[in-house]
Amino acid sequence: MPGTASPERDIVATPVQRATREALYAGAIALGLFVLFIGLKTDQNISNELILVPRWPLLAAVIVLTMAGRFFYVAYGQPFLASQKVADIATGLLPDSVATRFFRLPYFIAAIAIVAVLALLAGSLDSLLGPGLAGYARFARALAIIYALASVLFYFRSFIHAHFSVLGIAALAVYPIIVVLVLALYSGSMAGGFQGSLKWVDNFGIQILIYVMLAWGLNIVVGLAGLLDLGYVAFYAVGAYAYALLGTHFGLSFWILLPAAGAMAAFWGVLLGFPVLRLRGDYLAIVTLAFGEIIRLVLINWREVTNGSAGISGIPKVSFFGLISFNVSDPNYIAKVFDIAQSGAYYKIFLYYLILGLCLLTAFVTIRLRRMPVGRAWEALREDEIACRSLGINTTTTKLTAFATGAMFGGFAGSFFAARQGFVSPESFIFLESAIILAIVVLGGMGSLVGIAVAAMVMIGGTEALRELDFLKQVFGPDFTPELYRMLLFGMAMVIVMVWKPRGFVGSREPTAFLKMRRAVSGSFTKEGHG
Amino acid sequence: MQYFVQQLINGLTLGSIYGLIAIGYTMVYGIIGMINFAHGDIFMVGAFTALIVFLILGALFYSVPVVVALLIMMIVAMLLTSLYNWTIEKVAYRPLRGSFRLAPLITAIGMSIVLSNFVQVTQGPRNKPIPPMVSKVYNIEGISVSLKQIIIVVVTALLLALFWYLVNRTSLGRAQRACEQDRKMAALLGIDVDRTISITFVMGAALAAVAGTLFLMYYGVIAFSDGFTPGVKAFTAAVLGGIGSLPGAVLGGLMIGFIESMWSAYFSIDYKDVAAFSILAIVLIFLPSGILGRPEVEKV
Repeated sequence: MPGTASPERDIVATPVQRATREALYAGAIALGLFVLFIGLKTDQNISNELILVPRWPLLAAVIVLTMAGRFFYVAYGQPFLASQKVADIATGLLPDSVATRFFRLPYFIAAIAIVAVLALLAGSLDSLLGPGLAGYARFARALAIIYALASVLFYFRSFIHAHFSVLGIAALAVYPIIVVLVLALYSGSMAGGFQGSLKWVDNFGIQILIYVMLAWGLNIVVGLAGLLDLGYVAFYAVGAYAYALLGTHFGLSFWILLPAAGAMAAFWGVLLGFPVLRLRGDYLAIVTLAFGEIIRLVLINWREVTNGSAGISGIPKVSFFGLISFNVSDPNYIAKVFDIAQSGAYYKIFLYYLILGLCLLTAFVTIRLRRMPVGRAWEALREDEIACRSLGINTTTTKLTAFATGAMFGGFAGSFFAARQGFVSPESFIFLESAIILAIVVLGGMGSLVGIAVAAMVMIGGTEALRELDFLKQVFGPDFTPELYRMLLFGMAMVIVMVWKPRGFVGSREPTAFLKMRRAVSGSFTKEGHG
Repeated sequence: MQYFVQQLINGLTLGSIYGLIAIGYTMVYGIIGMINFAHGDIFMVGAFTALIVFLILGALFYSVPVVVALLIMMIVAMLLTSLYNWTIEKVAYRPLRGSFRLAPLITAIGMSIVLSNFVQVTQGPRNKPIPPMVSKVYNIEGISVSLKQIIIVVVTALLLALFWYLVNRTSLGRAQRACEQDRKMAALLGIDVDRTISITFVMGAALAAVAGTLFLMYYGVIAFSDGFTPGVKAFTAAVLGGIGSLPGAVLGGLMIGFIESMWSAYFSIDYKDVAAFSILAIVLIFLPSGILGRPEVEKV
């Protein structure tokens, strides 16, 4: 940690001496932090009393690991990074010098070869290596695939950089098709392809896109208008419950209720906006947080309408504009219309395209709004409220439109969420969700749509990928549940990314108003986002 | 009337705990202008430390006098929890000092997730109940006052007095107030700003740890997720009292405590949190910088 050692002693000490000292400090701190929490475990005995179970070996292991990590970081990591920085400046290839060494053609070929061999042996892996080693082999295969993809991205980086949005949208548009085809080839039948695609399309595709949409919606409030909103999930909840209640009680179609849910959420946005207009900064943050909690508590306690914590189930599915249905019992069920095998995957793929469409709508509206007077007013408001007022911008309506627009997209996402789950309960709308959405907006680089999408993909995709680590059970025994570590790692990732890139993934800003030419500026020049 | 006084006492107890937590929020906010979202979980870590110390004491000794046990729990909890907050400040907040406003907020939320999940992973997700430590109840003219409540109020009052002395009468407190007013100027005058900020975090965590110990003693149960609600309410209290103001934090804490106990006594227990949050919103509409907060002067 910087600052633990005085600079004079640093100059005298060699890196190894310094590292030893730092490692001892780190060990002492780790001992203090973990002695009670890792060293001892509270457990219930048979008569339901709490007892302590010592875990000293684990504690020792954690402390030794901490010390070793600190030692290697200070002794070799820091000098390496420092020299790398010098080398980068000298060669002018900023992040490239490490990367070009990491992504080399022979490695790439080796990775492809590993993937090919392991894919050929896929069926017989378990019998060849036993279940334990097969798990590692699959993990190695996943790593090799990621490496190969990363190197392809790396070699075409300038091309990708130049056409990022188009390529990204194209990739998202063909994603389910590719997944189905690859899995169909893999399993040898189209039905198998559809069946296997469920996880990829639903857990990764739809899940990530919902967060992309929510984050883009929140981006209007936080990134553009600069109003810190910690209760965004309230509008998500309003949208979800609007669809759930109206859909189950009145049987209205999704396509009518989608705009209705958006309008309702926007209405709540204005309702929240009115009282908080005078508040600034952190006072605004706490009131929005309180608003989010109030909505959740009302959903829990207003049992006559919302069915309390039990939630609402049996929410109708979306149909393709009433023409094609995804309910097996309907006469126009998709499998009957096209005369194909029944599968739940069609609905998921349809939902995927639906949320993709909604996301693109959000992005489109955001991009267009930024060029309209209201969008410009938002950004001006973010930079300086007093200047705004003196220039004759009506700050009241500007703030209210920001709240309403952001809330509307939250409502859209909410009604989509209800349709996708078929079930809503207050559990889904806790503060943590608001925090995750806000984190995605900030980590992506506030105001930057591409950055936010990347952040959502990394954070949500990463936590979803952690569900796939079941093979670790073979290492740490059957009691080990990787699931538990998901949120822990998520929180750590939030901290690390933020410390590493305080301005978010996309640190530069593209202005919409410019004199002669469009020129991106560093995010540090703007107050909280786009410039 | 008896019922009302009874609720007043319950509110005072609850408010004391909120007030202790709220001070940590308000001090950190005052000095570096950041919402320390992890503070609620620091409180939870404090309560958990107290729980483990309680179990250690129970395992090592046949019987320990309650006062001694409480004192040991409190001191160990204060020490270890301070260490947590100190480390968090170093790792997650210090590198972002001088960065834009939302960056430390996000790391604070991240740290809050890390802390609660760390405790969940290491100690298990279940509620951890302990046998009641203090069960004596006094009955004064139909109003029952438990010894637990008296301990909470007395400990809080003592700590607040000590704290008031620290902030207003010592050089450390002077350094803190100087940093709060103008960090750059304080640094120019030879105050070690980093150290002062670290100490602020340590002090906030120590108070939160005491609040955690008292919480554990009062309710007799703690779980990894118990940091959030008291944390949010204490933060609400800090804002209600005027964030950055120490008496404001205590006042806000007491107010939230009273609102909660009165609302659950006279209206509905389900909606007590809704009432607390609604009153926060209403107060802020009329007093946009809290009750005792100084209005922000904006220069152009």
